[in-house]
Amino acid sequence: MIADKEPLEPTVADLQSADLRRVQGFGGTPPALRLRGVEVAFSLGAGHRFVAVAPTDLAVGEAEFVAIVGPTGSGKSTLLNVAAGLLKPSAGAVEAFGLPLKGLNAGAGYLLQQDGLMPWKTAIDNVAVALEPSRVPRAEARERAQRWLARVGLAAFAERYPHMLSGGQRKRVALAQILIRDPKILLMDEPFGPLDAQTRQIMGNLLLELWALDRKAVVFVTHDLEEAIALADRVIILSAGPAARIIGTWRIDLARPRDIAEVRNEPRFRDLHREIWLMLKDEVLKGYAQTGGT
Amino acid sequence: MRRAMLILAQLCVGLCGLLVWHVCSHVSLSGAKPLLDPFFFSTPAAVLARTASDLMGTEIWQHIGVTLVETVLAFAIGAGGGILFGFAFARRPWLSAVFDPYIQIANALPRVVLAPIFALWFGLGIWSKVALGFTLVFFVVFFNVYQGLREVSPTVLANARMLGMNERQLLRHVYWPSALTWMFSSLHTSVGFALVGAVVGEYLGSAAGLGYKIHEAESVFDVTGVFSGMLVLAIFVVLIDLAVTALEKRLLVWQPQRS
Repeated sequence: MIADKEPLEPTVADLQSADLRRVQGFGGTPPALRLRGVEVAFSLGAGHRFVAVAPTDLAVGEAEFVAIVGPTGSGKSTLLNVAAGLLKPSAGAVEAFGLPLKGLNAGAGYLLQQDGLMPWKTAIDNVAVALEPSRVPRAEARERAQRWLARVGLAAFAERYPHMLSGGQRKRVALAQILIRDPKILLMDEPFGPLDAQTRQIMGNLLLELWALDRKAVVFVTHDLEEAIALADRVIILSAGPAARIIGTWRIDLARPRDIAEVRNEPRFRDLHREIWLMLKDEVLKGYAQTGGT
Repeated sequence: MRRAMLILAQLCVGLCGLLVWHVCSHVSLSGAKPLLDPFFFSTPAAVLARTASDLMGTEIWQHIGVTLVETVLAFAIGAGGGILFGFAFARRPWLSAVFDPYIQIANALPRVVLAPIFALWFGLGIWSKVALGFTLVFFVVFFNVYQGLREVSPTVLANARMLGMNERQLLRHVYWPSALTWMFSSLHTSVGFALVGAVVGEYLGSAAGLGYKIHEAESVFDVTGVFSGMLVLAIFVVLIDLAVTALEKRLLVWQPQRS
């Protein structure tokens, strides 16, 4: 097999042309998400500024699963917040399906790292409430919510409150809450981070299964390289912050459908992992040095 | 088993207290007067007998009814005002900044000193007591609702926004439940304050209610009547507290049980 990987140290121009190739590969439809020279900086007062993310270009195709991997403090979540419209970049432009992003990204479903469920609503109400902005009648919303709960394997837990559910079950509810709105792009911020290893694998497989039904664009942020390779079509490596930037892009040419646990045993997986880890390792060490290993 | 033991021990403490009171009000060490002069301290038997005969009659129920109405009104109006102002101030930081010193001053004032003023303004009927209870309940609810709105989990809020909720929907599904949680968690305090307002108001000037009943007995040196009034009041408070606990359990069903 021939590795279709980008140069080790691509310049911005390289990345742009690489992204352009990919965009043209989409058959003329605009990418689900495009960042052009997006920079995120915070003013520290007295003319000093902290650059969290250096100017970055990125395009995500409309059915593409992209994983962003980087060490702690590399601005992964910051980029995702920019894509969601929760954070305005200090420079550069964000486009969603070819249109400049104004305010929140309405077509995006954002699965947060922490628990975003409303603790005062049962699982089914938490899912059904996601349909309220689109004015679906309550009875119909609950019916559809029940179907989505069944799809994520929680049919019997509809009337439980979040505190009565395990961490993995709460993630499932959160996933149903987002998918019921049928978003065009999924943004996921280390969604399975707080879960134990077995639950992560189960959740990863569930995600791939649901994704295979109607391939949406996915931007999946994680610090777990194995998880990224197992899930994604493309893995993007960010450098350690501050002024994080993209330092590498890999196509993951593993066959689908994949099983998260089994795909790790494939030789191609191990090759990719070794290659990418070689580059990521230095950045992780840099990241640790800056954050004191926390 | 443990629970039975606990209840037994609790009963023992009460009975011992009554026994000491009973013995001290009957036995004298020297001379004719008992250790606790029944004129000033009454006796447990007399208090229980008076309470029983009172509860058998109709008059005491009218007094209980008046106090209950005052308590409920003071709580309802105070909670309503507290919620309204809590929302207004939490959603308009400028408003809250302007009024902050006055809120602090008003809250620092011992509310009992307002009772005579309220009696002048609203007369000796129930409304002067409702007004006193209002000033107590309002601040408890106001501060809790304000706090509840300021401390809405940013994650829940960001998540709800990403689900596409507009301001009205956020208010209904995020802010309102969060504010109510804080209000409910202070339900015991605010209902208690409504009752304090009612009884203190009655005590200081009225023609009906449990506070009035106690005051009336006191003014004719009827100590048995004072203790009996206190006992009825205590039973009343315990019943209200049980009702509040039941309500709280229903309203906060989504919260993990505190262990």
